[in-house]
Amino acid sequence: MNFNTLLRHFREGTKNVFRNGWMSIASMLSIVVSLSLLGVALLLVLNLDRAADEVDKQIEISVYLNLEIDQAGRDTVEQEIRSMPEVQEVSFVSKEEGLEAMRETLGDAMVKGYEETGTNPLPDMFKVQVIEATTVPFVADKISALNGADPDGPIYEVDYGKGTAERLFQWTQTVRLVGVVLVLALGVMAMFLIANTIKITIIARRREIAIMKLVGATNRFIRWPFFIEGVLIGMTGSAITLGILLYVYFRVELAASGWTSALFTLIPLSDVWLWFSILILGLGFLIGAWGSTISIRKFLKV
Amino acid sequence: MIDMQDVWKTYPNGTHALKGVTVQIDRSEFVYVVGPSGAGKSTFMKLMYREEVPTKGQISVNGFNLGKLKQRNIPLLRRNIGVIFQDYRLLPKLTAYENVAFAMEVIEAPRKIMKKRVMEVLDLVGLKNKANREPQHLSGGEQQRVAIARAIVNNPSVIVADEPTGNLDPETSWGIMQLLDEINFRGTTIVMATHNKEIVNTMRKRVLAIEDGQVVRDQLRGEYGYEF
Repeated sequence: MNFNTLLRHFREGTKNVFRNGWMSIASMLSIVVSLSLLGVALLLVLNLDRAADEVDKQIEISVYLNLEIDQAGRDTVEQEIRSMPEVQEVSFVSKEEGLEAMRETLGDAMVKGYEETGTNPLPDMFKVQVIEATTVPFVADKISALNGADPDGPIYEVDYGKGTAERLFQWTQTVRLVGVVLVLALGVMAMFLIANTIKITIIARRREIAIMKLVGATNRFIRWPFFIEGVLIGMTGSAITLGILLYVYFRVELAASGWTSALFTLIPLSDVWLWFSILILGLGFLIGAWGSTISIRKFLKV
Repeated sequence: MIDMQDVWKTYPNGTHALKGVTVQIDRSEFVYVVGPSGAGKSTFMKLMYREEVPTKGQISVNGFNLGKLKQRNIPLLRRNIGVIFQDYRLLPKLTAYENVAFAMEVIEAPRKIMKKRVMEVLDLVGLKNKANREPQHLSGGEQQRVAIARAIVNNPSVIVADEPTGNLDPETSWGIMQLLDEINFRGTTIVMATHNKEIVNTMRKRVLAIEDGQVVRDQLRGEYGYEF
């Protein structure tokens, strides 16, 4: 194939988009609708997943130590917890810090009596964060087991909001599952919508391709302009989609900055736009190329 | 130019379209193919440009042995054969010019030569001033002229025309026939299937009559020989 012919294919492919006016617009719209649904679902799921992650991270294990424990005993417990592979971080909270935290959450009045008498009923404690939130109950059990058979062991109590934590895990797991199902379902729907559009164009093209073959065109010669036409439609459709989605996300992020709490923030646009653009444009390219390829493959065998 | 030796064609549904056809057509000949509908005329035509393959027998067209022709070389054969149909078969969204030019783009002709040559053949068929019209804005006769221009633009050695006047009124038909006669006069072999008694009997050429899958008559300057 010489350069002139390649140019001719690009020219023809571009012209075809306009020659097939309504069909091109219909194909483009079906790509915009499909990719928009998919894109929205994807952004939604990513944000939900992130929210679920945030929620999971809030769960930590409180390990209360016996009041009589000495420095050496404390260090041993800390070493043992640190050596567990599931554990990410262990921080020590002394009884004084505990009282201080109590003052902050419950107010001065509650701790006043203790300060005046100089007594502090709180034990020293470790706060333990794990890498994978679902392992919290397991790790808590392991820490409890450090006492062994000794009822007067170094650990007084292990607490991680039993019940609440489990419910929370269940919720975040459900959110993730629903998200994956949503994306898959919309992906399948998008495929059907696009395949249907392709089916309609096939019927219109059957005759054209047969004619081209009678005039002596090779398969490759016929395929190129169709391919370019498909890619142009796919890329245009995905560019429109991308424009809409990024703009909407930008507005939502702007509006959301007013009411989201520390617990639930949107993934910033600056973090997503690049890979999201590549993904959507890439999908547009693939859909266009794949669609035009399969829509003519059948008729090239004449 | 065209050589068929004991050609048989049986379709998958069991129809025997051709039963042992042996025909030779020389360079620059003009041959009418006549016969009742369903007698095998269309199959005979399709075999020449390799739209169908024979079940048995040898066919050679313009030096191509069609029995041994590889799938990927079919386009090469077709570039040496101009095909014309009753229903014109123009590309619907392309102008007359673009339709004719398509045949030259296929052989990767340089653009400059192409422009000149396409206008030349459009002029020859009398459509120079309608070059930018799309098929739906042309009459049946004009569309057939575009198809003829497309068929001859690459100077093929053979033109295969399957009832080229089938959809046209008598006056328009004569115009098309004069054009084909002129092309034949310049040296192109023409094989034309037709049901037009008047044309065959007036413009006398060699006549091949096909009935029930066999050549029953082969006559130089022959007659149509059927009532309708």
